[in-house]
Amino acid sequence: MTIVSLLSRFAPVWLAALLIVLALPAQAVVRDVYSFDTEEKQQRYQTMIIELRCPKCQNQNIADSNSPISEDMRDEVFQMMTSGASDVEIMDSLVGRFGEFIRYKPLVEKRTLLLWATPAISVFGGFLIVGGIVLRSRRNDQIDSELSAEERARVEKIMDGHSGKSDSQT
Amino acid sequence: MKRVLLFLPLLVALVLGVLLFSGIGKDPTKLDSALVGKAVPEFALEDLHRPEVQLSRQVFQGEPRLLNVWGTWCPSCRDEHADLMWLAEDEGVPIVGLNYKDQRAKAKAWLERLGDPYSTNVYDPKGSLGFDLGVYGAPETFVIGADGTVLHRHVGVVNKQVWEETLRPLLNQAGGRY
Repeated sequence: MTIVSLLSRFAPVWLAALLIVLALPAQAVVRDVYSFDTEEKQQRYQTMIIELRCPKCQNQNIADSNSPISEDMRDEVFQMMTSGASDVEIMDSLVGRFGEFIRYKPLVEKRTLLLWATPAISVFGGFLIVGGIVLRSRRNDQIDSELSAEERARVEKIMDGHSGKSDSQT
Repeated sequence: MKRVLLFLPLLVALVLGVLLFSGIGKDPTKLDSALVGKAVPEFALEDLHRPEVQLSRQVFQGEPRLLNVWGTWCPSCRDEHADLMWLAEDEGVPIVGLNYKDQRAKAKAWLERLGDPYSTNVYDPKGSLGFDLGVYGAPETFVIGADGTVLHRHVGVVNKQVWEETLRPLLNQAGGRY
């Protein structure tokens, strides 16, 4: 029995196994639900946990991460919010513990200036390069058309001679 | 002017090269503690062995120490345990333990079985002091100055190399003699 026929014979088994594996992540997402007294607080909470980065699983925000530390951080945001703290206060208290790292939107300060300026710098640089290319090609056009009458006559003479020569060859 | 411009790509490559090269070998999962230079946060937690004793940040007064965050649920803590024993017994380093999100009975059984390298053990079942310290994964080891100031945080396992290269010099700078 060849491998191919073996595989096709057990195809239903393979498919079932694949489906089970694919279905697993859907079960893994279990979210603790906090209820707020106002819709506005709920909104603030959502925005806040999206802007906070998980220190353990570094490319996730604490809204998406289910690591224990993210749970604790969500809990702290909830507790502080229900006790009436402002967004800035909550942010400062968490940054005071875990460092600037957990801000997905870093503050504009000396250390992060280059980071914030990079988009502007690259757009400006791009404009400079494009502008330079356009300017140069324009200047080249002008130089081409600025032939004196004498030069023009010479060009025509050369071109004539050239075409005559190639004619005679054919 | 054109000649100078020809060197532009070389210059860009050099700058990028230096920038990227400096990042090689850095572990992005090891973050500096936000508490470096600040005092250990206030806390009131029980002693692991004596529930009737309330511990506060006074335990850090007097001499520079290590603060080791551990738990029986943490495999890497098992890994570094032998080295902590060595530090405590052979080098005589005072290590304050922070038993983080653990159960008292389990923690005590672990110390009985493997040995107890800690001079004091703070019992923090809810992880409140851990949270205030910005602990995001045990094991973590802090160097605490004689006045209770956080001097350094090491994330991950402590071994002889980490001791020699990082912890020992910092403790000695803070007035320790090891």
